[in-house]
Amino acid sequence: MIAEEAIKEGIKTQEYFINMGPQHPSTHGVLRLMLELDGEIIKKVIPHIGYVHRSIEKMCEKDTYRQIVHVTDRMDYLSNHMNNEAVCLLVENALEIGVSERVKVIRTIMSELTRLSSHQLWWGVMGMDLGALTSFLYGFRDREIINDIFEETCGARLTMNYNTPGGVMFDIHPNFQKRVKDFIAHFKTKLPEYDDLLSDNVIFRNRTEGIGILSKEDAISYGITGPTGRASGFSNDIRKHKPYSAYDRVDFKEILMETGDTYSRYKARMLEMWESMSIIEQLIDNIPEGEIQSSAVKAVIKLPKGEFFQSVETARGELGVYVVSDGTKSPYRIKFRSPGFSNLFVLDHIAKGYKIADLVAMMSTIDIVVPDIDR
Amino acid sequence: MNAITTYFKDIFHGIKTLLTGMKVTGYYFTHARKEIITQQYPENRDTLKMFDRFRGVVIMPHDENNEHSCTGCSACELACPNGSIEIMWERLADPETGKKKKVIEKHVYHHSMCTLCNLCIIACPTDAIKMGQSFEHATFDRKDLTMVLNKPGSKIRKGVEE
Ligand code: SF4
Ligand code: SF4
Repeated sequence: MIAEEAIKEGIKTQEYFINMGPQHPSTHGVLRLMLELDGEIIKKVIPHIGYVHRSIEKMCEKDTYRQIVHVTDRMDYLSNHMNNEAVCLLVENALEIGVSERVKVIRTIMSELTRLSSHQLWWGVMGMDLGALTSFLYGFRDREIINDIFEETCGARLTMNYNTPGGVMFDIHPNFQKRVKDFIAHFKTKLPEYDDLLSDNVIFRNRTEGIGILSKEDAISYGITGPTGRASGFSNDIRKHKPYSAYDRVDFKEILMETGDTYSRYKARMLEMWESMSIIEQLIDNIPEGEIQSSAVKAVIKLPKGEFFQSVETARGELGVYVVSDGTKSPYRIKFRSPGFSNLFVLDHIAKGYKIADLVAMMSTIDIVVPDIDR
Repeated sequence: MNAITTYFKDIFHGIKTLLTGMKVTGYYFTHARKEIITQQYPENRDTLKMFDRFRGVVIMPHDENNEHSCTGCSACELACPNGSIEIMWERLADPETGKKKKVIEKHVYHHSMCTLCNLCIIACPTDAIKMGQSFEHATFDRKDLTMVLNKPGSKIRKGVEE
């Protein structure tokens, strides 16, 4: 009797909360998402962050400018070279010294290699999140070659600390150019494989196309930068708009998409890999001669009094470094505007009305790195 | 009619894309020997060589006379971002001239705190320390990771201080 009445009235479901994370494999680290659900439909996503907060900004207030560089490796560890570069460029601009052309070109090549390796890892992990473990192994196979290139020149595979204020730590290794050229030739044959494996796969397409649409207006108002914002048509590439290092002399396209769904965010990164390879190809054969460390930078760096800002394009978007200096050897206050933080908080907006499985796909294409969000 | 055509078209398209992907994995399955890139790590220990610049641990090279080139100037201690280096020095009389001078007593290095950032190596004016390439540092006791870099009985090489 009761059951019949319930059917007559229409079955009422109750909304409930569920935690995704902090130990969920698809949150790529210790991130907790509180989901308000109706059945399997998402009503609200509340990100809870802070599990890997190391108070990097506060720590930097006691560090010298040389020491700050090595801490930035630990924010967005997949964009390590770019993070280093942001602090170094800020110090160089504040001191009004220039670096040699050689350093500029080396930095640009390193940044683009980092972007490639970051996107390779993202591609592998994205496939894994959607249940295709194969792609994970393929992505890591090609990333390994870049890691070896880094290891030979910089001495580390993840925490590089290769850029220093006024230059770079070591000159490039004699094998560097050959290795990079070999890698580009190798990866040009492997990148179409990525498309065969995942991009054209019918299951993958059905799970990503038309899911989690982010309009251009929303991308701008949420401050979504990087490939995530460019997939919605928001032109925000710092390399184009405020060129630094050697980006003003290379020819590359800013990848812009229109739809802003999960698939176009995926596609934007895939196309960006081709652009990165083209940038490296343009530079690798003509690295100019020059000193690798500017002699104008003293052992103890003191920035003049004032406020300074520098932004660079990391693999995830715009990283901004803002320093208030009181003229001593450490900053009075330093603030990192990290791309992951802004990008994460759009999740609630785009995930409403979709299923949990779609949320996993969206989170992958937003490409979050939790230490970058928490700092 | 149209709906049925689309239905079958979708199915065949789906199967085709799946086969395209399987062609890639199939290639690697049949060419496993040629395309293999992984290493058999603990087995290849004897032949495994790290890159020269690989940063594994801070070491202080000594020559055959048990001499090093550390003057005890503390530049590395100041450069270190996390206090991994502690320099203990004393003032001793020089046996020849009789003048008192600063001599390194212990160069204490806490490997457990070190982030391998290379800043101390760059800061050292006499190139007394450098990065070693060993990487198997797991121990059962945290104390083992605190090392004294200058060997017992060692002294500074002649001519370094000038
Ligand atoms: S490598 Fe860096 S963290 Fe380690 S002892 Fe040297 S300066 Fe300190
Ligand atoms: S290792 Fe180098 S920097 Fe450190 S105390 Fe000795 S000489 Fe000075």
